[in-house]
Amino acid sequence: MWGRLGWQAIPWEQPLPLAASAVVALALGAVLVWVVVKGHLPYVWHEWLSSVDHKRIGVMYIVLALLMLLRGFSDAVLMRAQQAVALNAPGFLPPEHFNQVFSAHGTMMIFFVAMPFMIGLMNYVVPLQLGVRDVAFPTLNSVGFWLTATGALLVNISLVVGEFARTGWLPYPPLSELTYSPGVGVDYYLWALQISGVGTLLSGINLVTTVLKVRAPGMQYLRMPMFCWTTLASNLLIVAAFPILTATLAMLLLDRYLGFHFFTNEAGGNMMMFMNLIWAWGHPEVYILILPAFGVFSEVISTFSHKPLFGYRSMVLATMAICILSFMVWLHHFFTMGAGADVNAIFGIATMVIAVPTGVKIFNWLFTMYGGRIVFATPILWSLAFMTTFVVGGMTGVLLAVPPADFVLHNSLFLVAHFHNMVIPGVLFGAFAGYTYWFPKAFGFRLHEGLGKAAFWCWVIGFYLAFMPLYGLGLMGMTRRMQHYDDPTWRPWLLVAAGGVALIAVGIALQVAQLVVSIRHRQALHDETGDPWNGRSLEWSTPSPPPLFNFAVLPDVEGEDAYWHIKQRAREQNQPRKEVDYRDIHMPRNSATGFICAFFATVMGFALIWHIWWLVAAAFVGAFATFVVFAWRDVHEHLIPAARVADIDREHRDRVASGGNPRSVALRPSA
Amino acid sequence: MTTTDATLAHPAGRPHEGTATRTHAHATERSSGVPHGASTRIVVAYGFWIFLISDIILFAAFFASYAVLSDNTAGGPAGRDLFEVNTVALETACLLTSTLFCGLAGIGANARHGRLFYGAMAVTFVLGAAFVGIELHEFATLIERGAGPQRSAFLSAFFALIGCHGLHVTAGLLWLLTMMAQIYAKGYRDDILRRMLCFSLFWHTLDIVWVALFSLVYLVGVAK
Repeated sequence: MWGRLGWQAIPWEQPLPLAASAVVALALGAVLVWVVVKGHLPYVWHEWLSSVDHKRIGVMYIVLALLMLLRGFSDAVLMRAQQAVALNAPGFLPPEHFNQVFSAHGTMMIFFVAMPFMIGLMNYVVPLQLGVRDVAFPTLNSVGFWLTATGALLVNISLVVGEFARTGWLPYPPLSELTYSPGVGVDYYLWALQISGVGTLLSGINLVTTVLKVRAPGMQYLRMPMFCWTTLASNLLIVAAFPILTATLAMLLLDRYLGFHFFTNEAGGNMMMFMNLIWAWGHPEVYILILPAFGVFSEVISTFSHKPLFGYRSMVLATMAICILSFMVWLHHFFTMGAGADVNAIFGIATMVIAVPTGVKIFNWLFTMYGGRIVFATPILWSLAFMTTFVVGGMTGVLLAVPPADFVLHNSLFLVAHFHNMVIPGVLFGAFAGYTYWFPKAFGFRLHEGLGKAAFWCWVIGFYLAFMPLYGLGLMGMTRRMQHYDDPTWRPWLLVAAGGVALIAVGIALQVAQLVVSIRHRQALHDETGDPWNGRSLEWSTPSPPPLFNFAVLPDVEGEDAYWHIKQRAREQNQPRKEVDYRDIHMPRNSATGFICAFFATVMGFALIWHIWWLVAAAFVGAFATFVVFAWRDVHEHLIPAARVADIDREHRDRVASGGNPRSVALRPSA
Repeated sequence: MTTTDATLAHPAGRPHEGTATRTHAHATERSSGVPHGASTRIVVAYGFWIFLISDIILFAAFFASYAVLSDNTAGGPAGRDLFEVNTVALETACLLTSTLFCGLAGIGANARHGRLFYGAMAVTFVLGAAFVGIELHEFATLIERGAGPQRSAFLSAFFALIGCHGLHVTAGLLWLLTMMAQIYAKGYRDDILRRMLCFSLFWHTLDIVWVALFSLVYLVGVAK
């Protein structure tokens, strides 16, 4: 009846995960009770859970990312603490638990922190920057989000019911085959990623179509803000790379569930094919994450330098070059496979070539700032820290791209230091810069600057303390993923790294405090005009938060930096207010399809993991029925009458005309 | 969130039914389709093309694994010992002919010609189901002869590649029935015609993939 599921699945003997998940469950339960008791349930359901508004979906993606960041970070704390104490000692994490912790850390951080954070920012910002009212496929967008949430939920369920993979964040066979990983850990990993991978693919299709087919009048390709370009590149990579992940994980599932021999030791299986396939997805994935962040940095640096982006066209070219090159370097993840000197040399050189367009970008950002009147607000601080730190990571990357050096350094902490040195400043700092930059747009008030800066310094210094020692440790010969060790000379460096993590923890606490304080002081931090930073692209021409329909009248774009030119012209002509011809607006109706579909996907994933076949069938029927019900819907849109549009728009124009609040003006350089 | 937002998401009452047909026609300002730019039909078909590209990449990964593993027979049977080209030719004929009728069904739908639409869809379904039936029979025979996917890496890759295509066709059959039911229940509405367009794109793509499968797996496998 219940497949492999039984009471033994709950790890009673491990108090740590049980206590942690009990706390999480209590917190979630408390929030749920509060929502129900206070009568917020209709609001939460109609405005968020069933919303197909790209802005709401974007915010929900980011909330998911922030919550999962806490989970992934607590895994990091566990690992650093374990290695700080485990010199000639067992430490507090037994090996099988330690292995789950590092696997879960990587999986969480890449798939459920970095991905949703970036997709959330793209979802929120891109339609506003393109000057349109919605994405190409609003309901599909909602389905994509909820399937991502399903994946995150399944990984978290593995904390209490069963176990998680012990194979690392990429389940290399033959370790991940049934012979060596008979438990449900790898199955949790596989089904969570299969389901969330479908969600990511849907989101990628939606955003590619949006950028290519849904733009405001006059918004030609070479007038799009840089963030839209990097979104396009990143989502093209999603469409091209995620099917490879789906296929690869499906092959491993066939091996595990039906006794196939894709990657097994026996019957002709080829485990190195897994490395090739997974990295044919995995390397583009790195750029899927970092390209949107490059876009954020471009927007932030240009806005806070009060200059157009330097070398806009070379930036576009560099972005698209990275997009293509990212598919040609996958083999550098396993130079030691034994492909031979020629093959390794080609991939080594291709890897170094990628540093060229990236270097172009760094110089463009530097020249954008050169001669600009820079306002050192929190978003640009993140960008500056990114540029300096990322260059260090890039150089160690070029070093690792030399195959003989890689033979020495592979699988060591040097590698761990390198990729954290890319992903944390690149993706995470980019995410934080975007979060701070667009927060006032989303919620109508700015985040507290002082706390933001304090959190920034803790993060940056904490990062250097936590990861620079790992470079040294790698050179000293310490391999990655060690549960304990016997070399006393490593100990001091591991203690420094643990200290770095503690400092990052302070940074995260300050970010939480920043959010709470900002919400409490939202009146003082209020953004009257919708343009708190004196921005250049169209999202700043809307009120904060923007109305459901984004733009009362679609903007007419005449060049790059569309909103900047609108403002310039308004100032020059000192024009009286033009009367606008408001019209009825049709907006897509909400749909619970995404939420209900994700419910069935969660049940189906769980049932597949535990081999409860009747439940798999039932959940599949449920999911299909959900789609049929959606397909049977007669009314897809609702109408916002012109008079209502006019009221909302005039109110905003009056507020802008009255000058907004003095604080947001103070942030600008004197005109 | 602000009160303006909250009220906007729930305009008083449901929109009148009249909007249902109008939504996809020529509204002056569409929410997603921009007034000046692409029509909803173009946007939907374009997005579906992007999905099809991703689906073809999925097949490419299975093709690649088949290419890597096709010689790893682990002492078991190879393609030339197993493949019966005549059966596969029949299968191919079924699928290719079904595509012709799928195209006719599309013409019938656009012309709002009931008999042509339902008739052509029914023939498409029968031919598609015959294709899946022959394939299942082939699989069953292979497993009976001890040449199931567990036998060798070659057979694993073979079953996965062909099976992946078969699953797509099965999903297509399910979609086909849903489409017929939709047209029956709702008529030739613009949004349903767009779905019909996507369905025929999907069905044609499966054909193209099958041509590659037939040539690279069966014909090459027999010749080797």
